[in-house]
Amino acid sequence: MTQNGQNGKIKWTRKDLLGLRDLSAEEIELILDTAKSFSEVSQREVKKVPALRGKTVVNLFLEPSTRTRVSFELAEKRLSADTISMASAGSSMSKGESLWDTIANIEALKVDLIVMRHGSSGAPHRISTYTRCGLVNAGDGINEHPTQGLLDMFTLRELKGKIKGLKVVFVGDILHSRVARSNVWGLTKLGAEVVICGPKTLIPWGIEELGVKVVHDVKKAIDGADAVTLLRIQMERQNETLFPSIREYASTFGLKTELFKLAKPDAILMHPGPINRGVEIESALADSPQSYILKQVTNGIAVRMAVLYLLSGVIKNEK
Amino acid sequence: MTASEKQVLDEGGIERALARIAHEILERNQGIAHLALIGIRARGDLLATRLQQKLFDIEKKEIPVGILDITLYRDDLSEVGPKPEIHETDISFHLKGKTVILVDDVLFTGRTIRAALDALIDFGRPKSIQLAVLVDRGHRELPIKADYVGKNVPTAVQESVIIRLKETDGKDEAVVSEGPKK
Repeated sequence: MTQNGQNGKIKWTRKDLLGLRDLSAEEIELILDTAKSFSEVSQREVKKVPALRGKTVVNLFLEPSTRTRVSFELAEKRLSADTISMASAGSSMSKGESLWDTIANIEALKVDLIVMRHGSSGAPHRISTYTRCGLVNAGDGINEHPTQGLLDMFTLRELKGKIKGLKVVFVGDILHSRVARSNVWGLTKLGAEVVICGPKTLIPWGIEELGVKVVHDVKKAIDGADAVTLLRIQMERQNETLFPSIREYASTFGLKTELFKLAKPDAILMHPGPINRGVEIESALADSPQSYILKQVTNGIAVRMAVLYLLSGVIKNEK
Repeated sequence: MTASEKQVLDEGGIERALARIAHEILERNQGIAHLALIGIRARGDLLATRLQQKLFDIEKKEIPVGILDITLYRDDLSEVGPKPEIHETDISFHLKGKTVILVDDVLFTGRTIRAALDALIDFGRPKSIQLAVLVDRGHRELPIKADYVGKNVPTAVQESVIIRLKETDGKDEAVVSEGPKK
């Protein structure tokens, strides 16, 4: 998929970003390096570069989202692209139009890139083979959320200087977490030691095969960690009882200041948001100096700018 | 230097050209107050740092140096693909009220300078911008002219001018090569 460019660095050749599962370690590093250059743009007086001038991006969010949608919209605007945002409620999909037809209509509007969030795992993968437009997966069901995975890795690399050899722990609802899956694919490719922790019912069966360690004792999991990422319990995706109660989850797996002391002294705390204070994270810990939750939000813009920039070089212009 | 290359500036030549440009900058701006140097990647940044040293040798005062990557401002960006690699821009001072000396290695079509001017304005509104280049090889495609030129080198369009600097290439020289840049 990739070819070597100048000075040995690979060149980006994909029109879509569907997941970190498909990417090579070199491709992930190319995105992270590119994002580093883009992070400077947001610190300027004029926070805008003309890189995507004349390109049109549609944000198709068929599942609720604030953080990711706003971050993508800002990234697009800072690249000077023209953008429109659509949600399922306000679109003809609520009148019975199929996803296929919606995409065909978007394409007929001469759009270049589509950023899509969909409740079904694999939806963007199906759509990508069908459309000429470049497609960015902004979260598909419980499968992947590649830009979140990338921005987590970007934040880690920025603060720790590297990813290889770091012990990165994920605590929470891994079963329903596309963020965890993207992180697992990416981090293991870059050589991190990934530890997964949560109630047995919220750990997907066979996840060890992806090269991660599963630890059910939260103290053992956090011991000596370089970074801990907490994940929200996704009540909206659960239609059966997977653990006794939120209160019991909070007392067993909720991260508290004392517990976090088991990690390395310079360990960082991350969370893809939205956070539920008092459930997976103690309120004071969320606001502590070791918490980089808001830094992640800032970094998200640079990472998304990098992804859109790289994809825009590959999409085919209309014949 | 290979067989198809012709040297137009050697180490001493580059040294003397930069020393003269430093004096011209001081003469034209009557000192170094409010001056800033911004070099265009790659090599313009190295030349800017050398000019900073030359100006320091004369005035005993350091003026700020910034590095500019113009990739995102290229006018052919929508035509090239895959996208070129972008490098960091590092301008850690305010441009407002400054006289900015933009530094590049070779002035050719003028398109890089057009992109750099657009980029600079996005960082703030400098009082004025002046352009210093080591080699002006002609063939402008835009109405752009350098204020300080190390050497005017007449070239044919298909030729290329290569600047080598110790910091990245091990030696200092400017050569004209028959073919396009590799």
